[in-house]
Amino acid sequence: MELNTKIEVKNLYFYYGRSQVLKDINLDIFEKKVTAIIGPSGCGKTTLIRLFNRMNDLIPKTRLEGTILLDKKSIYDPKVDVVEIRRRVGMVFQKPNPFPKSIFDNISYGLEINGVSDRRKREEIVIQSLKKAAIWEEVKDRLKESALGLSGGQQQRLCIARCLAVEPEVLLFDEPCASLDPISTQKIEELIRELKKEYTIVIVTHNMQQAARVSDFTAFLYLGELIEFGETEKLFTVPQNKMTEAYLTGKFG
Amino acid sequence: MNKKVKQNLGFLLLFLCILTTVIFLGLILYFIIIRGYSVLSYEFLTQVPKKSMTAGGVAPAIVGTFYLTLGAMIFSLPLGVACAIYLSEYSPQSFIINIIRISINNLAGVPSVVFGLFGLAVFVKYFGFGVSLLSGSLTLGIMVLPSIISAAQEALTAVPQSYREASLALGATLWETIKRIVLPTAFPGILTGIILSIGRVAGETAPIMFTAATFYMRGYPNSIFSEVMALPYHIYALMTEGVHPEVQTRIAYGCTLILLILVLSMSTLAIILRQRQRSRTYYGT
Repeated sequence: MELNTKIEVKNLYFYYGRSQVLKDINLDIFEKKVTAIIGPSGCGKTTLIRLFNRMNDLIPKTRLEGTILLDKKSIYDPKVDVVEIRRRVGMVFQKPNPFPKSIFDNISYGLEINGVSDRRKREEIVIQSLKKAAIWEEVKDRLKESALGLSGGQQQRLCIARCLAVEPEVLLFDEPCASLDPISTQKIEELIRELKKEYTIVIVTHNMQQAARVSDFTAFLYLGELIEFGETEKLFTVPQNKMTEAYLTGKFG
Repeated sequence: MNKKVKQNLGFLLLFLCILTTVIFLGLILYFIIIRGYSVLSYEFLTQVPKKSMTAGGVAPAIVGTFYLTLGAMIFSLPLGVACAIYLSEYSPQSFIINIIRISINNLAGVPSVVFGLFGLAVFVKYFGFGVSLLSGSLTLGIMVLPSIISAAQEALTAVPQSYREASLALGATLWETIKRIVLPTAFPGILTGIILSIGRVAGETAPIMFTAATFYMRGYPNSIFSEVMALPYHIYALMTEGVHPEVQTRIAYGCTLILLILVLSMSTLAIILRQRQRSRTYYGT
């Protein structure tokens, strides 16, 4: 099986003000695979994933050293268009965050700002995206209703559909099930397995079972350092590092 | 004393406070309506004043107040909302920006007569607009700018950061995010600020005393450079000048009642707009 690197992290250091949050991270995210980032709270998982679409740019007083390459091109190059990076690297957040608009408009928004001016075309993509995100059947009769009236799990799938509509190449999931019930969680996991056929996926989770269930590769982060990275199956069955083993067996967390 | 008694006493105290407030509010309304009602008539609302203010109507003052309020809003709304957007969405967190923020908040506490003198010096004299509708509107506009800015800023801050993140993560620019997501969500809150400002602008006397208002006009203002009559100033004049205090006091109460109705109906309009906007953007459902 051939693996293509989609995102390459090289000697990455990241600081909030004076405190160092990420330390010498080297990591390959492979194309059309699911990579899970696990680790205890505060280990820098979310910080790391938010660097992939330059979301941390919004936080003042941060500093980055090292490089992150997307298709071999640095995404932190001053000449790079952040807006374009964010379109190519979509993100699903921890808490479902649909806009206070109708279900249709939630998805249409991304198309409008990305210049899809033909309404017919937009309608088509909206329907496609909803189908891809496995929520079409539940919302097809209420597209004009507020997205805020949906359940948490439905909202999260709507957010996934919203991401898919702008045709990203990479999907970042930042603890997408943190606020969802088990059944909604299961649906999202199924969806992730389905989506990896077309997209490169990175998922942050503090649920180890979830990482084991959905991912092909797992990265274990602890106190801002990458402790271990490898195929999920191997990492979970024969962890190379003692710390990984301790974390997986629940000795700390 | 047991906990339950304490709790009941606490609630009783709070209830008495609200009761006192409501009673005063009721009394104000009662006296104004009782005293003002008798002079209200079709003629009072539509005629110009006659016989040194003791007869005729106050139509020019009603129209004047309406124009002044409208003018102030046309000037201060776009400016205030734009400032708020810049301050809360664009500006970097810097020392100078913080100074600007604090200054704006302090400006809100400046007495209105100070704005009146400022308007006289700058708009009336320096720019040569004279005592006019324009000068008065600008002065009133500047006076309410700080409250509009801080109300708008508050509304913008209340928009969840997650909306901004979601929009930016889709490849929207900051400007698109503000225009399409942040502003519509903040709109009801901004409107609340506007409602409060309308009441304040319509009721202020001091800022227009030297910049716009005149005690007596035969007709209606015919350009933005005309002097205008205005209800609050008219009330002030009726109570302090003239030689028929009894008749004038009655008319003053009539004007007060009209001013009250005018402000309430403008506010109602704004509230209706806000409700419609809320249901359109599905705010808070």
